[in-house]
Amino acid sequence: MSRIELKVNGRSHTLDVEPATPLLYVLRNDLGLQGPKFGCGLAQCGACKVIINGAAVTSCVLPVASVKGEITTLEGLASNGKLHPLQQAWIDEQVPQCGFCQNGQIMTAKALLDKTPHPTSAQIRQAMNDTLCRCMSYYRVQVAIKRASQRIAGPAPTAEEKEVQA
Amino acid sequence: MKPVESFPREIEDLLSTHRRGFLRSAGLLAVSFSGWLTSAGAQNAAAPQPPGPYPTPDFRQVDSWIVIHENNTATFYVGKTDPGQGTGTGFRQLMSDELDIAFEKTTCIMGSTDNTVDQIGSGGSTAMERDSWPMRRVAAEARRVLLEMAAARLAVPLEQLTVRDAVISARADAAKRVTYGELIGGRKFSITLTGDSINSVTGRAKTKPVPELHYTGQSPQRDDIPAKVDGSLKWAVDVKLPGMVHARNVKPPFAGATLTAVDESSVNSLPGFVKVMRKGNYLAVVCEREEQAILAARRLKATWRKPATPPFPASAQLFDYMRTASSASGTPGAEAAPTVVGNPDAAFAGAAQTLEAEYEIPFQGHTAFSGAHAMADPSKGQMTIYSNDMKSYGMRRCVAAFLGMPPDRVRVVWMFGPQGYGRSAAEDAACEAAWIARELGRPVRVQWMRDEETAWDTKGPAFLVSLRGALDRDGRLSGYSYRALSCDANHLGYNEPDSVLIAQFMGVRKTRPAAGSAALPSDMYAIPNRSMEGRVVGLPMLWETPLRTGNLRDPNGPQATFAAESFIDEAAAAAKADPLEYRLHLLQSAGGDDDAFRRARSLAVLRAAAAAFGWTPRPSPLRSQAAGPILTGRGIAYSFRGRTIVAQIAEVEVNRTTGHVWAKRLVCAHDCGLVVNPEALRRAVECGTLHGLSRALHEEVQFNTEKVTSVDWISHPALRHADVPDRIDVVLVNGDPNPNRPDLPPYGAGEAALKPMLAAIGNAIYDATGVRIRRVPFRDDRVLAALKAAGV
Repeated sequence: MSRIELKVNGRSHTLDVEPATPLLYVLRNDLGLQGPKFGCGLAQCGACKVIINGAAVTSCVLPVASVKGEITTLEGLASNGKLHPLQQAWIDEQVPQCGFCQNGQIMTAKALLDKTPHPTSAQIRQAMNDTLCRCMSYYRVQVAIKRASQRIAGPAPTAEEKEVQA
Repeated sequence: MKPVESFPREIEDLLSTHRRGFLRSAGLLAVSFSGWLTSAGAQNAAAPQPPGPYPTPDFRQVDSWIVIHENNTATFYVGKTDPGQGTGTGFRQLMSDELDIAFEKTTCIMGSTDNTVDQIGSGGSTAMERDSWPMRRVAAEARRVLLEMAAARLAVPLEQLTVRDAVISARADAAKRVTYGELIGGRKFSITLTGDSINSVTGRAKTKPVPELHYTGQSPQRDDIPAKVDGSLKWAVDVKLPGMVHARNVKPPFAGATLTAVDESSVNSLPGFVKVMRKGNYLAVVCEREEQAILAARRLKATWRKPATPPFPASAQLFDYMRTASSASGTPGAEAAPTVVGNPDAAFAGAAQTLEAEYEIPFQGHTAFSGAHAMADPSKGQMTIYSNDMKSYGMRRCVAAFLGMPPDRVRVVWMFGPQGYGRSAAEDAACEAAWIARELGRPVRVQWMRDEETAWDTKGPAFLVSLRGALDRDGRLSGYSYRALSCDANHLGYNEPDSVLIAQFMGVRKTRPAAGSAALPSDMYAIPNRSMEGRVVGLPMLWETPLRTGNLRDPNGPQATFAAESFIDEAAAAAKADPLEYRLHLLQSAGGDDDAFRRARSLAVLRAAAAAFGWTPRPSPLRSQAAGPILTGRGIAYSFRGRTIVAQIAEVEVNRTTGHVWAKRLVCAHDCGLVVNPEALRRAVECGTLHGLSRALHEEVQFNTEKVTSVDWISHPALRHADVPDRIDVVLVNGDPNPNRPDLPPYGAGEAALKPMLAAIGNAIYDATGVRIRRVPFRDDRVLAALKAAGV
C-alpha cells in the first residue's frame, strides 16, 4: 500500500492503496462514486469513463498512481445544482433504457463537445464509436448530443459563417 | 464484522432516489424516508422489516398495493421489475387514472420480495398486457372505497360526489370537500379483495374505459431517468455493506472439464486474501477488496482434466452437425407434431413452381453490458440478495431451495442493473453469492468478468430452418412447409435451483433436461395449405457447458422470423411481385372474425410502415444501380407476436468492395393496442429495432471444440455508434381498423420490435445486390464472400 493523492470533482483525497489498483475501483469502492461503472475491465466498452485533462479515459485499466490531473466523474458534471446541458438533453430526449452505459456515453460526449462544440454526424459517430450500449440507445444518444451542442454553443454556424471565420 | 441491524441505508437511498423527482415536485424533500414508511398505512406493505422472516405481502389486501399519505400523495407497490423501458412510470399513469390522483403526486416501488406482491417480476413483455390489470383494479377499488368514506364524512349521497386529483367534493357545493389524505392518510384501507390469483384479484369497482383515462396516452418523462444520468442512482452494483468481501469465479478453461486439484498456496499470500471456495467443479476466490479478488482469480493455480470427448462441434461446423443430429436416433430433444392446415402435399404436387431454402441462425448471447452480479447478506441467519434479476420472486424461491432455507428467510431486493432481457446470468451470480455468503458468514459481492459473461451467459439457441413453398400459376403461395431445428435440448428455466450454473458445477443434475422449442413463424398470412414443425436437437454436452440455452429477448422469435420472412421475400421475388404487395395479398383473405380482425390490423401496420418510408411498388432486386462500390436497397418484414404487430423497413447500403452493410434508414410501424406512454414506447421500439439490427449484422457466439472463443467486445462484436442509421422512424399505429372495436387493451411491447429486423436487413441486401444470404450475422466477410461468389 502507499499514499495516493487524488483530486476528484473539486475535492482532494488522500488514500492508502496499492499503486497498481485500477482507478475505477478506487473511485467506486474507496470514494463511493457511482457514475463510473465496471463494464468490461478491458477498456473496450467505456462504462468506466472519467474525464482527466479534458479527455474521456477508461478508468478500469488505469493504475491509480499514474493519474496526473484532476478527475471529473459523472457526479461532477452538474454545477451550482444545475445539470450539465448534456445531462439535461439526456432527460429531455429520454435517452436511457437500462442506463448502465450512460456514464460512458455522457462523459465521452462531454469530451467531444468541449473540443468540438458543433460536431457533424460523422464526428459524433467517430468520437462515440468505442462507447458501447447493449440496449442500443445509440440513435437517441446522437440526437441528444446534437441537442446539447445547440444548447451549449448555439446553432451551428452556416458554411458561409465558417468561411468568414476562417 | 459489524452486523447489519436494519434496512441498509443504501437501500433507503435507492428507494428515495427512485422517487426523487416526485419528492422534489411535491415539495417534500424534508420528509424522511423512515417517516414515510412508518406511517400506519404502510405497516402492512412496506415498513422496513426487522431482519426476517420476510412474509410475502398479501395480494388480496388493498394495503399491499396502495398507501395514501396524510399529505394527499400516494405510493404504489407493484411486483414488477423494469429492465429499462420505464414500465414503472406507465404503472403510475394507469394507477393514477384509476385512483383519480395527480400523476405527480404518486410514486411506484417495484419488485422487492418483502414489500411488493409477487407478480413474478418482468418477462415476456407482459408488463402492460397482463400485469397492469390487477394494479388498475385495485386502484379503482381504492377510489370506490374512498368515495364511500367521503359520502359518510360529508353526508352527501355517493352519486352527488365528484373526484378530481385526490379531492372529493359535492357537485352542488364545492365547499363540501375532503381529500384522500384526510380520509385515510396514514391509515390502512383494510379492504380484502377477491380472486384466486394475483391476475384475477379484484374489488367491486370497475376499471375505466379508455376514453376516461387521462394520464394514459400522455408522455410524462420516465421517473427513473434523472438519477441514471446524474450519477445519483444506487444500482445493484453499488450496494455496500459492513464487512463485505468480493468474490470472483474461476471458470473451467475447457467446457466439461473436471477440477482435480487446487493449489491454494498460489494465492493465499496475496494481499487481502480471504478464502478459496470449492465444491465439485465450482471454484471461486474471495478477497477483501475487489481488485484483489480479480488478481487472485487470475493467479489461482488449478488443475483441470479435459472431457474424454469434445463437448460440442466448432461453430464453423455447427449447422452440419445439426443436420446430422436431426436424423440421429436417440438425440435428446423434443419433437412436436406438425401443425397442418389444408393439404400441403396436394399443393406441392400441383404447384406451377416450387421453392426451397434453408436458413441458419447461430447461437446469440445476452452478453450483458456488465457481467452478472449480486450481493448476498447472510446476517442473522437470513439471506438478503441485492440483484437486478428481472424475476426477483423466483430468485427468492431458488436461493431458498438451493441453500435449504425456508423461503421467508430469504429476501430479494430488486435494483436497477445492466440489461435484463430474459434468462440472463444474474440469477447464477445470485446463487453463487448466496452460497459463498453462507459459507463465510459475511456479505459477499460476486461479479462476473467480461470473458465469463460473454462465454458462459445463457444463449439464444442456434436454428436451422428449411422452408418449401408451392407457387400457383399466378405466383401465389398455395403451399408452405416450415421445418425448424433448434439447438436447445437443455433449455434453462428461470431461477431453477437444479440448473443454475453453480448447481451444475456442484454436480446437481435434473433427471431430465427440459427441451426448449423450435419456434414457428408468427404471422397472419392466409396460406391455404401449410405445414409447420419444429424439432429440438442437442449438443453432446448438456451440463456444465457454456453453450447453455435460455430465454433471450423475444425467445426464438428473431430466428424463426428471419427464416420465414426471408422466405416470403423469396416467394415474392419468384413471383416477380412487389414484396409489400405480396404480403398484403396474403393478408387479404377472409377468415374467422378474429382472424379477419388480426389481418386487418396487420394490413394497417404494413401500410403505415410503407407510408412512412415512401414505398413505391416494384419487385426485388433493384435492377439499376449507380456505378461505384455502394449498392442501395430496401427490405421489408413483418410479424405478429402475441397480439402485437410490427412491420419494419430497412434501407441499406452494401459496399461491394468490402462487404460492409450499413442500414441507412429504418422504419418500424408498431401496433400494441392501447399505448400508455407514447414517448417511452417509441424509445423502447427504437432500441429494440436496433437490437435486432445488431443481431442481424454482428452477433454470433463462436467456439472451437473445447471452449467458447467469443469472450469480449472484439471477439464478440455488437452494434456501435458508427452503425447507427441516419434516420429511424417509429410509427405507433395504435389503431383499431374496426370502428366498432375502439377500445383495444394494451398488448405486449418491447420484444416485438426485434422480431422482423433480421429478415428486413437480409431482404434489403437482396434488393440491393440480387444475392440472397441465408445466414446471419451479415458480417463484412460473409457478405463479401457471397457477393464475390455471385459475381457482384
